[in-house]
Amino acid sequence: MSNPTYTAIFYLFAAITVFSAAFVVFSRNVIYSAFSLLFTFFGIAALYVFLSADFIAVTQVVVYVGGILVLLLFGVMFTNNIMDTDLKTDVLHAIPGTFLFLGILAALLFTFYTTNGWMPSDTQLQGSVVERIGFETMSRYVLPFEMASILLLAALIGAAFLARYDNGGTNEH
Amino acid sequence: MGNSLNAWSDALAGFQPAGLPLGLLIIAAIPLVFIALYALTYGVYGERKISAFMQDRLGPMEVGKWGILQTLADILKLLQKEDIVPTSADKFLFVIGPGVLFVGSFLAFAVLPFSPAFIGANLNVGLFFAIGIVALEVVGILAAGWGSNNKWSLYGAVRSVAQIVSYEIPAAIALLCGAMMAGTLDMQQINILQSGTYGFAHFFLFQSPIAWLPFLIYFIASLAEVNRAPFDIPEAESELVAGYFTEYSGMKFAVIFLAEYGSMFMVSAIISIVFLGGWNSPLPNIGPIALNDMTTGPVWGAFWIISKGFFFIFVQMWLRWTLPRLRVDQLMYVCWKVLTPFAFVSFVLTAIWEIYVP
Repeated sequence: MSNPTYTAIFYLFAAITVFSAAFVVFSRNVIYSAFSLLFTFFGIAALYVFLSADFIAVTQVVVYVGGILVLLLFGVMFTNNIMDTDLKTDVLHAIPGTFLFLGILAALLFTFYTTNGWMPSDTQLQGSVVERIGFETMSRYVLPFEMASILLLAALIGAAFLARYDNGGTNEH
Repeated sequence: MGNSLNAWSDALAGFQPAGLPLGLLIIAAIPLVFIALYALTYGVYGERKISAFMQDRLGPMEVGKWGILQTLADILKLLQKEDIVPTSADKFLFVIGPGVLFVGSFLAFAVLPFSPAFIGANLNVGLFFAIGIVALEVVGILAAGWGSNNKWSLYGAVRSVAQIVSYEIPAAIALLCGAMMAGTLDMQQINILQSGTYGFAHFFLFQSPIAWLPFLIYFIASLAEVNRAPFDIPEAESELVAGYFTEYSGMKFAVIFLAEYGSMFMVSAIISIVFLGGWNSPLPNIGPIALNDMTTGPVWGAFWIISKGFFFIFVQMWLRWTLPRLRVDQLMYVCWKVLTPFAFVSFVLTAIWEIYVP
């Protein structure tokens, strides 16, 4: 990965991610924030590709762009008067905020510099990642997997219950 | 096979004069040029001629012999047109909308194997990527529809997005049946698993007695995903003027149309890769006449996958001029109460077939 092309592409995606994330926070227009989130999600997906985690990268695009971002945009567009409300992006508590920022930055940098070498895994990656993920979810992590599916099923049933017409009920209006 | 797998694209990727990754740019440019050429010739001119013949008309006849130069004249007109941005439109979203839409439809071409020797990126999650990247198109459509600041545009965009998001589910489950038969998501591997001396008999469509069901479900769902008739309610002319691109003119309109033709070829190529062997020749070896061996190779592979894609695009055009448009509620009924349950049934049956029948 010492190829200058890869380095250039990495910094390009890192810059896209950081600047679009900053735009999400600082924009006064909630629609622009939502659309800017698209570039943030894509930048993060590209960074996953640089970590050789292409399955996670594609999942990131499917779940965040295809699901959450579209839901967010629909929510914003169907809310009345959303374009009239001015979002507050002022600086409210300058001094505590600066301390918090510096503290978090110091903690992150401390962890980054004191961690001795980023350990590569003992077992080398062999063959397709997708196959490994499939085997692991169906064997070692089958309980969390099933619990997540039960949670999603409950959410689906709840959504269908909330959205259906109230036929035969006592209150017709 | 003579040449090894991905020989052309690997050679191009290694082409770096003066340290510049020029070869990578060429790899990315090849599908782009392909989309532009095919949209001009087959997409626009072909569709107008085919629709004309189906309705017992002549179609474009004035510019050039049989109207062959009509598309070029149209392009000249589009290039000269003033680039209008409506005053009350959201300038930023109005401009990036078509761009995001086109990038979304173009990104999927990165994982389409155009030949045994050429693929943009040989990912081991290729099929998953091709299904998932459609999400970007959805955001582009919403940006275009909202940015136009027009009731019809917004209605068209919301209809289109609701349709694409819903039909992704039966489409993905149907493709999962194909992926289950292959046991991989790698596009080139899926193709290789369908090659053999009996030609079409090795295609997944003919490898299992249930495969026609996911094939049909994916074909119907793909029509909805690219907003083609009978699922073209997002741009229903009689109700919504032109849907989410009502306000667009000039080159922005051309870009939206390129994106639509790009997605049409994309879904057609995916259905031919997963169920009809992709770049494999359908001709079998008949005794001493080795038709299959004669029609296999990198160039023949490109020929087969493009002609299979064009065949499905022809079917899409044929349906467009044959079937009436569905209503919105009928559209959702077809998706959730017909296609999705049948997709689940075909999923289970394919799994049983793959496990118990060798």
